[in-house]
Amino acid sequence: MTPTVTSHRTRPPAQPASLRARRLPWYAAPAIAVAALALSVVIVYGTGIGGPVLVIVLGAVLYLVGLFAAANAVEGRRSARNRTWSALIHSAFVLAVLPLASVVWTLVSKGTERLDGDFFNTSMNNIGARDPNGGAYHAIVGTLEQVGIATLITVPLGILCAIYIVEYGRGKFAFAIRFFVDVMTGIPSIVTGLFVLAFWVLIVSPWFNDGRPSFSGFAAALALAVLMLPTIVRSTEEMLRLVPAPLREGAYALGVPKWKTILRVVLPTALPGIVTGVMLAIARAAGETAPVLLVAGGGAAINFNPFENNQSSLALFVYQQAGEASKYSPARAWTAALTLVALVLILTIAAKLLARRNRLSR
Amino acid sequence: MAKRVSASNVTAYYGGFKAIENINLTVEPKTVTALIGPSGCGKSTFLRSINRMHEVLPGARVEGSLTIDDQDIYDRDVDVTAVRRTIGMVFQRPNPFPTMSIFENVVAGLKLNGVRKKSILEDAAEKALRAANLWGEVKDRLAKPGAGLSGGQQQRLCIARTIAVEPQVVLMDEPCSALDPISTLAIEDLMFQLKDKFTIIIVTHNMQQAARVSDRTAFFSIEKTGDPGRLIEYDNTQKIFSNPSVKKTEDYITGRFG
Repeated sequence: MTPTVTSHRTRPPAQPASLRARRLPWYAAPAIAVAALALSVVIVYGTGIGGPVLVIVLGAVLYLVGLFAAANAVEGRRSARNRTWSALIHSAFVLAVLPLASVVWTLVSKGTERLDGDFFNTSMNNIGARDPNGGAYHAIVGTLEQVGIATLITVPLGILCAIYIVEYGRGKFAFAIRFFVDVMTGIPSIVTGLFVLAFWVLIVSPWFNDGRPSFSGFAAALALAVLMLPTIVRSTEEMLRLVPAPLREGAYALGVPKWKTILRVVLPTALPGIVTGVMLAIARAAGETAPVLLVAGGGAAINFNPFENNQSSLALFVYQQAGEASKYSPARAWTAALTLVALVLILTIAAKLLARRNRLSR
Repeated sequence: MAKRVSASNVTAYYGGFKAIENINLTVEPKTVTALIGPSGCGKSTFLRSINRMHEVLPGARVEGSLTIDDQDIYDRDVDVTAVRRTIGMVFQRPNPFPTMSIFENVVAGLKLNGVRKKSILEDAAEKALRAANLWGEVKDRLAKPGAGLSGGQQQRLCIARTIAVEPQVVLMDEPCSALDPISTLAIEDLMFQLKDKFTIIIVTHNMQQAARVSDRTAFFSIEKTGDPGRLIEYDNTQKIFSNPSVKKTEDYITGRFG
């Protein structure tokens, strides 16, 4: 009589027999890549169906297939899928970076041609199609003034609006505000330009200009403000919501009034994120062409006064120079584009540094 | 300094949900009172209604009367910020202000309430940090961020921040539940010392802690989920833990339910 042995603990089926597993050697992936490229060259040029681009695309596909097959044979299915998806994700990253790198390279290589003192010291006033010099001084002044005024308008308004939505707003009114901010996000810039043209330039500005409507940098700033406001409200709102409720409660429990809690505890905590949102809005506004063209009109001369007469901006300058019938204008357009990107970059870095200096260093 | 807290018929709601019902209880000055009971029985809700923190949540409201030395804190003409300055609160998780240094955290309550003079702030910070048994550990790095301290130190920083405004009652909502045993011991020792000056009410899930630190213990419970929490028994801690008069208290303390 044999006693039935029932083991007290059976091993669950998911438990592996060993913790070790077979791995592909380190040189497997590069070797497969080389083999895939070689095979791709043979196929593409052997059949004569395409050029180097097809070689790379086909090579990448063959590499993925080969990698999956090899890993599947040696390491098993899970590992094979892991390797294939990792390779796909890396290729997606490369695909995303390629256009960015290409833009930066084009900007720098073409934009440095006119990157001289003249460009930053002169305007396009009295510059004809045959003149090689001329510059974007007036456009830089216009961009700085218009974006500056728009920022001065939208930053307080946007942050206060977000504070209302997050900290005070209850019920239908707050919901309506959020809804319309969302709607504003989707308004095309040309429409805001038309709105300011119809409202400010045609109806309001005649009151200040002896009855005649007038283009102005301020009108452009208003249009940019309409564009910036929803971005700032939404990003600030998200950042304020990220501030943990226990921080607010901690301040309330010390007998700090609500407004002071918001001002001294909530806003400083959310500041770095708010700054990022504001900088995104500024970057977007600085790159707008259509509203400036519609309500500031552009212009070749330097105009420091944003409240009277035509003003240009860097984005508008790029647009106008790119369409100019002069062999010197494309170089000016590229340099202006480079200047615009550099300007936004410098502003962003400066703002980030400022926001960080207020925080404590860890 | 310390004041008597007394609740009569306190009922608190979250919107339509009644969280606690008809709580009657008096806390004597310069004592430690522990509120114990199973999760969801409303001890924290009751604690938060003592310094009007309950109403911070949307839809939350309190009925009945709560008095601090015969002054009803739910009177219409009572200033909420004054109530909270009189009745301080320490939370479950340490919540130092991340943008402030250790020093700024301690004096936040004073500074945000308009005290500007540096000498006053420095004296108050040292006094509060000494009282919270933290001075020795942080006196050389007062300018460093408060969030850089360990969990136990952060909680003592929060206690220092609370007592720096010199309240009369200190509420503690499970102050040790996120802390290790050594930090817990430090905070329990601290409670013994603070008792000389303040009235302390503490919510705790740890019955040993309640037995160790408190003079009086209140046991809260609910019939079933969805019912409002009620005060079952309120007596001297020793009596509650050795010879409770209600069967339910005994069951809870001996671990038969909850």
